[in-house]
Amino acid sequence: MRKLLLLSLVLITGVVFAGRLFYLQIYDTSFKQLSDNNAIKVIYDYPQRGYVFDRNGDLLVSNQPSYDVMVIPREVQPFDTLEFCNLLKLNKESLETILEKARVYSPRLPSPVIPQLTKAEYAYLSEKMHKYEGFYIQKRSLRDYQVSHSANVLGYIAEVNDRIIDKNPYYQMGDLIGMNGIERQYEDVLRGVKGVKYIQKDRFNRDIGPYKDGIFDTLPERGKDITLTIDAQLQKYAEELMVNKRGGIVAIEPATGEILSLVTAPYYDPALLVGRERSKNFTKLYYDTIAKPLFDRGLSGEYPPGSPFKTLTALIGLEEGVIDAEERISCHGGYVYGRGRKLGCHHHSSPLAMVGGIANSCNAYFCTVYRRAVEKYPTPQEGIDRWNNHLSSFGLGDFLGYDLPSGRPGFIPDAKYYNKIHDYPERRWYATATISNAIGQGEISLTPMQMAHFTATIANRGWYYKPHIIKNVEKVDTIPNVYKEKHHTTIDPQYFTPVVDGMHDVYNNGTATRLRIPDIEICGKTGTAENYTKIDGKRVQLTDHSIFIAFAPKDNPKIAIAVFVENGYWGSRWAGRIASLMIEKYIKGEITRTDMEKFVLEGSLEEEYAKPHSGEPFRINI
Amino acid sequence: MAFGKSIVRFDWITIVLFLALVAIGWMNIYSASLSDSTAGFFDMNQIYIKQLVWIGLSIVLIIFILALDAKFYERFASIIYIVSLLSLIGLFVFGKNISGATSWYVFGGVSLQPSEFAKAATALALAKYVSDIQTNMNEFRHQLFAFLIIALPALFIVPQPDPGSALVYAAFVFPLYREGLHFVYLLLGFFAAALFVSTLAFGAIWVMLAVLLATVLVFLKNRKRRPNLLKYATIAIACIGFAFSVSYIFNNVFEQRHRDRFNIVLGKEVDAKGIGYNTNQSEIAIGSGGWFGKGWTQGTQTKGNFVPEQHTDYIFSTVGEEWGFAGSLVVVALFVGLILRTLVLAERQKNQFSRVYGYSVAAILFLHFFVNVGMVTGLFPTVGIPLPFFSYGGSGLWGFTILLFIFVRLDGSNYYYT
Repeated sequence: MRKLLLLSLVLITGVVFAGRLFYLQIYDTSFKQLSDNNAIKVIYDYPQRGYVFDRNGDLLVSNQPSYDVMVIPREVQPFDTLEFCNLLKLNKESLETILEKARVYSPRLPSPVIPQLTKAEYAYLSEKMHKYEGFYIQKRSLRDYQVSHSANVLGYIAEVNDRIIDKNPYYQMGDLIGMNGIERQYEDVLRGVKGVKYIQKDRFNRDIGPYKDGIFDTLPERGKDITLTIDAQLQKYAEELMVNKRGGIVAIEPATGEILSLVTAPYYDPALLVGRERSKNFTKLYYDTIAKPLFDRGLSGEYPPGSPFKTLTALIGLEEGVIDAEERISCHGGYVYGRGRKLGCHHHSSPLAMVGGIANSCNAYFCTVYRRAVEKYPTPQEGIDRWNNHLSSFGLGDFLGYDLPSGRPGFIPDAKYYNKIHDYPERRWYATATISNAIGQGEISLTPMQMAHFTATIANRGWYYKPHIIKNVEKVDTIPNVYKEKHHTTIDPQYFTPVVDGMHDVYNNGTATRLRIPDIEICGKTGTAENYTKIDGKRVQLTDHSIFIAFAPKDNPKIAIAVFVENGYWGSRWAGRIASLMIEKYIKGEITRTDMEKFVLEGSLEEEYAKPHSGEPFRINI
Repeated sequence: MAFGKSIVRFDWITIVLFLALVAIGWMNIYSASLSDSTAGFFDMNQIYIKQLVWIGLSIVLIIFILALDAKFYERFASIIYIVSLLSLIGLFVFGKNISGATSWYVFGGVSLQPSEFAKAATALALAKYVSDIQTNMNEFRHQLFAFLIIALPALFIVPQPDPGSALVYAAFVFPLYREGLHFVYLLLGFFAAALFVSTLAFGAIWVMLAVLLATVLVFLKNRKRRPNLLKYATIAIACIGFAFSVSYIFNNVFEQRHRDRFNIVLGKEVDAKGIGYNTNQSEIAIGSGGWFGKGWTQGTQTKGNFVPEQHTDYIFSTVGEEWGFAGSLVVVALFVGLILRTLVLAERQKNQFSRVYGYSVAAILFLHFFVNVGMVTGLFPTVGIPLPFFSYGGSGLWGFTILLFIFVRLDGSNYYYT
């Protein structure tokens, strides 16, 4: 017994030490990271962000150098706070707040103190920086916008927030990231890869050379340049036309699905969101909840599509075989259905076949076609789902798969939706309950992007490529394959002919005769959509939205366009003019109808927009 | 090997383990003291070269120790012990103060630390006294004298101040126990240590409440046997008195640095940048080693000198970082092997002197190993004692070499007596 005491203690000690070593070296990995942190300093080398070009090779976005004052909290030595604050134009309290935040983030990793100094500030500061240990100036590159339009397309870059850092370990405090538009969509391409240097440090925090002779160090990789499908000239012109109006314009090249133009109004100068004024300007834009300049109406504005939707009603009717293009349907100032209910129509000749129906936008014609198409099936549920299925084949009611980070899916109702709102099966509902769908009112909503998209599909007579904004990366054709796949709708190509003819007649003898452009065969469709807002909880009708879709030329179309002007009254008043001017600009490169151009450029709807906010009763549609 | 008429066989296992530890130890000292200075490899100012010289000289020392007759150590034990005591006392007059402790004699450029040699001397003296035919370890008078032999050098070492080295003398309780000291002494010692730690961890008041509760429970449980109330009261009061005096000594006699060291290990203070820096950095270094370490001289923590005293007391953290879990286990195994081998040999001794001495060697090596690795891995309070054969320092290396090889010599003579 006496012999065993020390013996067993020695063995137990050996086992305990082995266990402790296992815990420290294998089990608890936190010690490994700590070691990496305090013996090795990491220095980043930020690459230049890739440039952005338009489809014609014009430079839209380049870079400018920017300088951030950074701090590594644990390296800070006592310093002359007052002098430092004067240098940085900060007060003492905010400096302390910034330093505290940096400490909380990490004592060892750099955090920004003052981001984005100007060149003059940098020159002045860089002489004095050596006095403040733990602070240094980090060079980065900021965006330099060559154009003052297309802010919604280009997006902006900003410092990463905590949420992004948590989610993506590539980013660190003070790093910049694309926050919207193509900057966000193509962040990985544009960003490049930051270079990193590992420096071995001793416990007095002195550099003692590269870690492992630099075998883990990497060189920065420059961001790649990208070319957009956007036509900068057209984009700029569209924004000019939209001055003092609200709405969205989307133009697509039907043969490729390339987005030629994507405009929202009101818009802002992208240069506003660069530099130290960025957050101040951003706040201002962000809190403008009336004009909503940050809201991309082209992608996210969900509007009732109005009369342009009648083209789709016609196509579905033909495909379902419920109407023949030559059949004439009479209109007596509207469409009567149910127990004396009537959906009104404006004055035009009657009866009309399909071409005339489209050209004159006859409500009675399309309500008839719609009702026949739905009632062809034993139950309205089946009919609506069939109708929904045709529209889905155009890509409507869903995100179209375009390469931009914002947008809305719009809404195409189905049987499930109507069952729910009509409390089916307790109560039954009929095609007539959904009759507004025929003329693009009611529950349907589409974005200008979707309108332009179905216009392009009609222009192609039944097929489309998914709309996209990337043309190439580094001038090499590397667009994703999803944008090279041809999609076909459920409508037989032959049925597009009467619809396209109808759209052509809109210009020749229909609702847009005064918008004709010499030498260009345009097809279009006007639209006027009722809309409502809430004032003090009451539903109030506002002046109609002015809507227009068009494509040109009729054969081999080069451009399909959808224009939405909020509260612009009838379709050809604003939207139709803008669409015509843009088509002429794009195809001819010059404007022949300068009187029309002058009218649009100088016209303003600000008075109209002020009405609901005036607090006084107002008249609409004047 | 033959020395005179005797037939001598040295235990090669012990010698190989010793050589392995010294060699591995030196490699780690080399890594820990490697600097980027342009001085050549054979610069006498380099720590690893100095250690190499000490190792070379210790080989000479070993030959000398093995060459002497085994009888010499038994016969001259008392004289060696007294000389050793005098060398410790002499420190108060001639000693040189190096980093706060007057523990060194300095001759020219060479400094010697007599407390490192006193361990072997005390082991010899204790072995001689215990193995004396007239000594009976069950007699209080003899127990007292044995404790005196152990306590005297410790008493001279404490005020240097070097409480760590003094603590090592507690190891001698193991050979005494082996030779018949009553188990109660060990129990008492263990109980006192437990009270000590719990007082520091929870405070004297809670310990008092716990002791009272325990006393009442035991008393009630045994009440049918009519327990002696006075006896229970005495034990309880003694315990409580001990707890309060520990508390008093800790707060009023200990210096702040001692208090800090205990508080860190008891988890009462988590201050990685301040006093816990050593332990924390050492744990980080070891923890960063992973399975197989970063490779010899590749340790980032070692290279950056994050662990203070890394080539001396914290040398094991270099092993952990550069050789990983695998290497650390090998080193632990080598130590356990050497200590166990010494124990086995001690049990094999035919005469009591050799046995007691061998047991003392094992106990001292164990205590050093236990306290040092325990400290470096953060299991034990920071007590500054070296890791035998590993830590940089001539006196330490020589002290342990002498300690071990006297036993190798004694063991080798075993055959002489048969």
